[in-house]
Amino acid sequence: MIRVVLPFHLRNLANVGSEVELDVDSPVTQRTILDALESRYPALQGTIRDHVTKERRAFLRFFVCQVDWSHESPDKPLPEAVASGKEPFMVIGAIAGG
Amino acid sequence: MSSVRLLVGTRKGGFILTADAKRDTWVISGPHFSGWEIYHMKGSPADPNRIYASQSSSWFGQIIQRSNDGGKTWVIPDGGKVPGPEDFLKPAPNKFVYDTSADTGKPLTTHQFYDGKPHPWEFKRVWHLEPSLTDPDTVYAGVEDAAIFRSTDGAASWHEMAGLRGHGTGPHWQPGAGGMCLHTIILDPSDPKRIWIAISAAGAFRTDDGGETWKPINKGLYSQYIPDPTAEVGHCVHHVAMNPKRPGVLFMQKHWDVLRSDDAGEQWHEVSGNLPTDFGFVIDVNSNQPETVYVVPIQSDSLHYVHEGKMRVYRSKTGGNEWEALTQGLPQENCYVNVLRDAMSVDQLDPCGVYFGTTGGQVYCSNDDGDSWSAIVHDLPAVLSVEVQTLA
Repeated sequence: MIRVVLPFHLRNLANVGSEVELDVDSPVTQRTILDALESRYPALQGTIRDHVTKERRAFLRFFVCQVDWSHESPDKPLPEAVASGKEPFMVIGAIAGG
Repeated sequence: MSSVRLLVGTRKGGFILTADAKRDTWVISGPHFSGWEIYHMKGSPADPNRIYASQSSSWFGQIIQRSNDGGKTWVIPDGGKVPGPEDFLKPAPNKFVYDTSADTGKPLTTHQFYDGKPHPWEFKRVWHLEPSLTDPDTVYAGVEDAAIFRSTDGAASWHEMAGLRGHGTGPHWQPGAGGMCLHTIILDPSDPKRIWIAISAAGAFRTDDGGETWKPINKGLYSQYIPDPTAEVGHCVHHVAMNPKRPGVLFMQKHWDVLRSDDAGEQWHEVSGNLPTDFGFVIDVNSNQPETVYVVPIQSDSLHYVHEGKMRVYRSKTGGNEWEALTQGLPQENCYVNVLRDAMSVDQLDPCGVYFGTTGGQVYCSNDDGDSWSAIVHDLPAVLSVEVQTLA
């Protein structure tokens, strides 16, 4: 079971808690996680990745095991700690004041 | 007994304010979609309980919400449908994709960026939602970068009316300070094929064939801040208003200048008259008196707050040129707020109710054609838009 942590506004949009759990087939990658997330919660389509290009929205970052994976290939297998559910895949919004 | 429902979009959520026909005691609900920018909410004239809302965020992009019960509950149209991998290229409720198809689209040109260089079209947000006059499931969206989209399935999917962006002048359009937005959509109740739109900073445009073809309608506009002050396009039109009982008579607040057209936009002439400054954003027309027009003069293009620190609505009862300041109930000192382009609305009652919201979070109401005013609320987030529904 894959664990995904979402930022506040996306939790509200999807009507979920701070963390969601997903079944994701191997290999577990950013793309397969986000495909599964958007499939389970259609309201999130377009909010994390562009509808057409599938590129990450500019003000969002992806963190895994305290490492920024935002600029890694979306098809690069994620660490076993994420695939096993020990560590979450984190979607984080850029910090802004005001 | 009649009642009114105000739909207020703010920087941090939407609010719904309701009152009976006296319009002196209000019930406030919200924030709806708290924390999100609500650029616009508008109800369907064909079904007042059908309301559309544009919810957006620099982080998470565009969302469209829909209510079928007057704003009590909201849904993302088709947001409950579980998509498959094959659906990612299909329409979705928040999917605004410029039409570049060979059959219906137009070549995706560049427009001008702030520095005058060519810049590709990039969707940013929906500024304005205009529901059809006759069909609750049909709604138009004015977006940034400027284009008009239409949905015929209750906002579950959107399709660009590509004739506007592709008619030829697109490479000369440029963004205003707020972005290159299509902010005004006016539907002609006497002719379902006629639509007016306005873009900052391109100008006003009209279609007479239901959106297939469009033409600029900017004759008579003079903008000294562009290389050719009388150019066909490039004017920073801030808002256009029309009394639906008198289609074709249009009033415009341009960057500087207030103008009117009596021939559906073919020719404009300035009616700024004795206004203390003719820079501003909002303009609207009394629903019962088609020659009664309201504007809120702003100090200047560099100082976006009301003139002389006084909140004054100016009213002309002569269709322009002769203006009077309306001040009763409005702050007359130390007031430095702005009133943005979609933040004024009029109801259909008699006397006409006039409403506007400020960047300071106040929403003011006049229930007597503008003679006197009172604040419905003082401390909302910065108000982006105000629309009023008159309910039977």
